[in-house]
Amino acid sequence: MFSASELLELRAQFPILESTVHGKTLVYLDNAASTHKPDRVLESMNAYYRTTHSNVHRGVHQLSQKATEAFEQAREEVRLHLNASDASEIIFTKGCTDAINTVASGYAELLRAGDEVLVSTLEHHSNIVPWQMACRRSGAVLRVIPINDSGELLWDVALLSPRTRLVAVNHISNALGTINPIEQIVRDCHAQHTAVLVDGAQSGPHLSIDVQALDVDFYTLSGHKIYGPTGIGVLYGKRALLDALPPYQGGGDMIKTVRFEETTYADPPFKFEAGTPNMAGAIGLAEALRFVRDVGLKRIQEHETALLTQASAELAGMSELRLVGTAQRKASVLSFLIEGAHPYDIGVLLDHMGIAVRTGHHCTQPLMERLGIPGTARASFALYNTPVEVEAFVQAVRKATSMLYEPTQA
Amino acid sequence: MNDRSIAAIQAEIEEEFSMFDDWTAKYEYLIDLGRSLPLIDPALKDDDHLIRGCQSRVWMASALEGENMRYTADSDAIITKGIIGLLIRVLDNHPPEEVYAADLTFIDAIGLREHLSPTRANGLLSMVKQMKYDALAHTAKKSS
Repeated sequence: MFSASELLELRAQFPILESTVHGKTLVYLDNAASTHKPDRVLESMNAYYRTTHSNVHRGVHQLSQKATEAFEQAREEVRLHLNASDASEIIFTKGCTDAINTVASGYAELLRAGDEVLVSTLEHHSNIVPWQMACRRSGAVLRVIPINDSGELLWDVALLSPRTRLVAVNHISNALGTINPIEQIVRDCHAQHTAVLVDGAQSGPHLSIDVQALDVDFYTLSGHKIYGPTGIGVLYGKRALLDALPPYQGGGDMIKTVRFEETTYADPPFKFEAGTPNMAGAIGLAEALRFVRDVGLKRIQEHETALLTQASAELAGMSELRLVGTAQRKASVLSFLIEGAHPYDIGVLLDHMGIAVRTGHHCTQPLMERLGIPGTARASFALYNTPVEVEAFVQAVRKATSMLYEPTQA
Repeated sequence: MNDRSIAAIQAEIEEEFSMFDDWTAKYEYLIDLGRSLPLIDPALKDDDHLIRGCQSRVWMASALEGENMRYTADSDAIITKGIIGLLIRVLDNHPPEEVYAADLTFIDAIGLREHLSPTRANGLLSMVKQMKYDALAHTAKKSS
């Protein structure tokens, strides 16, 4: 847990946290949807445009070389952050969704009719729909890892068949906060030569990730969920797999030679980076990664876990509430319902008390259907949230409950 | 036929809401309103009458009864349902021409504009559009 003075110092780097909504001080608990950006991230992007910007790669002039160096330095920063073995395994994308689509689109060509792709019940739509599309294009079959009522994966090696080509699963569930047993899934899959893609949209801000230790084949990150800018994300892929993966989009920068008869593609990472990349975004993301490492991911996780424990304990004591997602291993997400109330009503009332939470299905409709609920209200914590804010949240939930609670008829 | 005009009913609602001195009282009233109104025949809560918002669902059915538009509606979110109650109170049982032409000034006046903003995915804005569209359809039928 950060000390009060550490928290003050951290919060001072995020001026937006001083905002007021409906005349009340903002309590921002929608971090799983997007985190705010510290000044140093904004400054790094500003400085890039003010002093370094030009189009990258193949530029002879000095500014282009400077921009290329800054962009490739950002890639190196991501490599270091994920402990990838080589910078060519780091592809800049528009975000996590784009990263997953890059892999799924390539797999659509690699999959054969009757092959299988396995996703989990906990997935965000962005780790379901691209695979459905790939299966439709290739004639492969989409299968699903079930969950228990606490929101934990019921992983079983028997879910893998000799035709399972890839398992796509998130590291942390965005809707429930469940931390999934990635190490075991990877071990079991590799024993059967099945590739594993891990959607790291939610884990990036909370966990220290070592792709070599995890031995994952593909890993994705979202910039804006890890204190970086929007419109930038990362696809990590093992080099041999990236070499074999067909490119996603065609265009400049991704080619070796272009002739009307035939085009040959560049090597990774450029093969997957058609068009002028988001240089400022990459530089902002690299600064965001330095920021979380400077603060310390272990300390961030401890702090957020303390906030989650404080909030969960308070809410668990309220009989009118139902906590949704009670996995043994959880990170930073508290999903709940007030009995008899729709999540939308909860969100409207909390907003009037200055509390920003997300309500709805969280882009996980199959999960909500499995749980038999229309959605949840979800509070999610970041490194800049405080115990005082958690208390304000709890008080606001109490007030919303007193206004909305209606016992369901048995 | 409603014995009061759309404008008169809106003025009446504005008067009622002017008595609430904070947001809590206003929303408690909306919640009560939502709870007290059995708004739609359960048989009409089907896909044909569903107006999709992203979060809360709204069902709406309309009919021309004699010279007047009749509306029933419902929502799975109680605050949305309370606002539906107000919209129906204003627009129900008036001639289609009047419904179509109605300027719903009370929404702004009682501070509920945010709930009918296009960025608020609750189905309410689409419901108002559908209510007016249905009225327009009946206006056209009457004049043809």
